[in-house]
Amino acid sequence: MSGSPAGAGKAAPRRSPGLDVDGLLDDPDMRVIVCCGAGGVGKTTTAAALGLRAAERGRRVVVLTIDPARRLAQAMGLVELDNTPRPVPGADLGEGGSLDAMMLDMKRTFDEVIEAHATPEKAEQILANPFYQAMSSSFAGTQEYMAMEKLGQLRARAESDPDSWDLIVVDTPPSRSALDFLDAPQRLGSFLDGRLIRILSAPAKAGGRAYMRVVSAAVGGATGVLTKLLGGQILRDVQSFVAALDTVFGGFRERAERTYQLLQAQGTAFVVVAAPAPDALREASYFVERLAQERMPLAGLVLNRVTLTQVEDLSAERAQAAAEDLEDVGGHALAAGLLRVHADRMRRRERERGLTTRFTGAHPRVKVVEVPARAEDVHDLAGLREIAISLAKG
Amino acid sequence: MPPDDEDPRSSPAATSAFGGVRLHVVTGKGGTGKTTVAAALALALASGGRRTLLAEVEGRQGIAQLFDVPPLPYEERKIAVAPGAGEVFALSVEPKAALLEYLELFYRLGRAGKVLERMGAIDFATTVAPGLRDVLLTGKVYEAARRRGPGGPTYDAIVLDAPPTGRIGRFLNVNEEVVGLAKVGPIRNQAGSIMTLLRSAQTAVHLVTVLEEMPVQETQDAVAELRAAGLPIGGVVVNMVRDPYLPARTLAGALAGRLDRDEVVTGLEAAGLGRRSGATSAARSARVGVLADGLLGEAAEHAARVRLEDEQRKELDVLERPTVELPALAGGIDLGALYDLAELLAEQGMA
Repeated sequence: MSGSPAGAGKAAPRRSPGLDVDGLLDDPDMRVIVCCGAGGVGKTTTAAALGLRAAERGRRVVVLTIDPARRLAQAMGLVELDNTPRPVPGADLGEGGSLDAMMLDMKRTFDEVIEAHATPEKAEQILANPFYQAMSSSFAGTQEYMAMEKLGQLRARAESDPDSWDLIVVDTPPSRSALDFLDAPQRLGSFLDGRLIRILSAPAKAGGRAYMRVVSAAVGGATGVLTKLLGGQILRDVQSFVAALDTVFGGFRERAERTYQLLQAQGTAFVVVAAPAPDALREASYFVERLAQERMPLAGLVLNRVTLTQVEDLSAERAQAAAEDLEDVGGHALAAGLLRVHADRMRRRERERGLTTRFTGAHPRVKVVEVPARAEDVHDLAGLREIAISLAKG
Repeated sequence: MPPDDEDPRSSPAATSAFGGVRLHVVTGKGGTGKTTVAAALALALASGGRRTLLAEVEGRQGIAQLFDVPPLPYEERKIAVAPGAGEVFALSVEPKAALLEYLELFYRLGRAGKVLERMGAIDFATTVAPGLRDVLLTGKVYEAARRRGPGGPTYDAIVLDAPPTGRIGRFLNVNEEVVGLAKVGPIRNQAGSIMTLLRSAQTAVHLVTVLEEMPVQETQDAVAELRAAGLPIGGVVVNMVRDPYLPARTLAGALAGRLDRDEVVTGLEAAGLGRRSGATSAARSARVGVLADGLLGEAAEHAARVRLEDEQRKELDVLERPTVELPALAGGIDLGALYDLAELLAEQGMA
């Protein structure tokens, strides 16, 4: 590009196979794309850019975002959190595609599940229970369950209504660990199968026998362990919550399992998103390994915010030395300043390269696409489109 | 490190904006370096013969990675020494162990704890109901903050590497939730005591950010959320600040594309760049021209970035919180860098 023979002849570092984003988006059998990765790596932006590009190439797309930055949400026309997919204004739909987007409202999604599975009076009982209210609106982790639930719902609608969507792009919650998203359904399952639920839901029955045994074994006093731990009132709330949820649980687990299977099925692809930073790449490594373990299909890694240079063949050391020489001589302040700017950029670039090479060395078959760092965040569809183009160019 | 002849215990606090604070909660958007800042702050607070505890609660083993030691067990252990015979201890709070410890401590439920574990209650409490996990994590931090040895508090300060800004309000406020759920009983009392500490002048929630739009926006949102919840906001730590390298006039010129290309070319030639043995002078000047164009392009991008950083700085000024800046370290963070950052935090009144 620079026309410099030295630049062209320099051996490029070992490269991973490139991720063919357009090939992925154009594949008509591809129905679900899940974007996952650590927090703060541009996951939501990547999901939105993939959705936009797919729609502009003719797919009928819905993008499920979890917690978009305000300006990104505005760029996609998401002004209110109403749990309903809405058309994104401004997408170029000349190829016959469509683009809808929605933000997840976890409490509302949870409420809807309860309403769909319980009798009206039971639903009312559950929704009014203080334990339920706390769990559905403010406890971390609920987001993961509800993201999975919503994905299942969107998928069901896409199946039954051929005019709706043929591609769902999902952003995942900003968890402590990207793995929480994968673990959520199974955790729910093991909880539901657990003995605790049986004990909690049946203390009044004679099954209270198991309960009594625990109580007497543990404390041997008049009050039970749980009562002592939790206080009588909270235990009653929990018990009535669990008892009321009893009827809903079957449906819950079934759905969680179905969504889990959907993630393993053909037509689903995971895109792991990272930035060239140690934490983000470590998370990406965990995730790649975990997906393989769960036999879930990995499309590749999107590496965001990569530092690029226009002067590849002038190393940090050389630029730094040249700047120092000029400053010693004096009189070339502009050139010296520019060389310092370049030296800093090259140091960052070399460090990023090192981190990326460590990842690709450990996962040589993972396809990678790099997206250059931008000075500004995305404010509009034009910005999103630029990112989409970088993604497609590889 | 120059020797410190003054009474080491009085000097750091005298200049700090957070002298009365014992629990420093450090949060920030993912990717802003909050673990690094928390670690540097723990080092800074330990200098001059103090003892601090650096605690993490997300099971990420970020502290161990930063200090390049094996993964931390659920046990407080010394991880670093600070200038002037200070000590930093570290703890990775693990919810399951915290729950069993809690049961033992409050109820002497040695065997019952095991029964509960077999029943799946421990799993339930620590994974399925993540809110309870937050109760346990904050409870353990509270315990460490309140613990006393023979000569006074075990730790002079606790630095908590807390969940990210998106989750911090919920995390710190979880005990309020518990107070609402449990109207009476021991859990309610414990939750109430934790909230009292978190809302007191002994606590400060520091926010780590970088000068980019999303993290700054999240910082503002978090400040509003914490204020509404009555939680005491500490300082704003602006991390990874880039050196502007160029004077303001040059930056403006770079943005406008008005820098003098000939001047750059002359300078590069003076530095001997673009020279190659055997190359003709025409080939040489073509090379220098390409180099100059590339550097001018990079300077324009750099200037755009510096301008954006200045805009974000103004956004942060609106918050009217003590603000400190830490530089971007192109080489990444190693132990030496951590001590440098600690010193910068202390110089700017964070410790």
